[in-house]
Amino acid sequence: MGSLKEATTRDDESGFMATRVNELINWGRKNSLWPMPLGLSCCGIELMAMIGPKFDIARFGAEAARFSPRQCDVMIVAGTLTWKMAAAARTIYDQMPDPKWVIAMGVCSSSGGMYDSYAVVQGVDSILPVDIYVPGCPPRPDALIDAIMKLQRKIERENPIRRVLEGPQELDESGTGRLDVPANSMVETHRMGTYKTDSGLRKDQYTGRSREKN
Amino acid sequence: MAALKHMLSLGWDEVRETQDRDSMPTLTVALERLHEALEVLKRDCGFETVTLVTAIDHSPSEPRFELIHQLLSIQNNDRLRLRCALRGDHPNAPTCTDLWPGAAYMERECWDMFGIRFDGHENLRRLLMPEAYGHHPLRKEFPHQGIEPDRLYREWERERIQRAEAKTSQEGAGL
Repeated sequence: MGSLKEATTRDDESGFMATRVNELINWGRKNSLWPMPLGLSCCGIELMAMIGPKFDIARFGAEAARFSPRQCDVMIVAGTLTWKMAAAARTIYDQMPDPKWVIAMGVCSSSGGMYDSYAVVQGVDSILPVDIYVPGCPPRPDALIDAIMKLQRKIERENPIRRVLEGPQELDESGTGRLDVPANSMVETHRMGTYKTDSGLRKDQYTGRSREKN
Repeated sequence: MAALKHMLSLGWDEVRETQDRDSMPTLTVALERLHEALEVLKRDCGFETVTLVTAIDHSPSEPRFELIHQLLSIQNNDRLRLRCALRGDHPNAPTCTDLWPGAAYMERECWDMFGIRFDGHENLRRLLMPEAYGHHPLRKEFPHQGIEPDRLYREWERERIQRAEAKTSQEGAGL
């Protein structure tokens, strides 16, 4: 064991680091985002390019794409989500352990895109809480890397220790934040495919059904 | 056209040749003799393959639907289209899966999209839309944004939430 240094009690060699628990947890979370690649159509190709060596999201700690939802943190909905596929997508989302985030990649998953049709979900935010929307048809891998970085900024603002101190919170499915946003203070985000009625209800542009949480 | 000449020689007086814009040889037959015509074309005229079974909705004119079969003869390098008018809003037509088993998927799609039933088809289920979906999307009266497109998903979602709540209360009782 000659090459290893002996344990020492002197401050200048052992060293320590002072930080807040929240900062430490968020630092760990944001730098090890494991994506769940839900490649549904052509966006999936750009998603693969992003994971590959040329664009290399390993630089952001998000290269470990896993095909089991149990091992994933961030679901990337890449492509056209049909109503027939919606139940499968929602099941995958439910199987992911908390904390989890969703990126809607491309206009199809953001708003239905050019598929203004009976078969296509007009924005995956009608079935999933979306954190980041990426425009483009399909978006370049650069745009998706930007989304990953924006998600990292968002994770920095979260308050994970709150769950330990205050007990489990009701999960907020309004589309932004979960643990740091009280369930009843729905953050007003731009929600595609909806309109507001005079009484303040938000309704689906196509079905006319209420999109409010009950 | 050799196929037409052959059919006329067999006494198919009512078969007519029509001119389509894509200049593909086209015959119009009556529904009652559609299957017989397909059989003759396969047996005598060398059309080994059916490449397309589809329909056109001419609503609101009557007869409303037109069933289209497109045949390919590889040995003669020849193609042929058959048109057949279908009356009514919920028409039936004879299947051609007994002649060309590969037509099964196309007939299922035709049922799914237009609501045309194929008599004699062994497995006439919807091909693309969910089985419980109550509409036929390529009919003219169907709006392109659909009729309650999320209905089946919302039903599934309600069941999912109920299952989750039942599970939670069960666990709570166990504690």
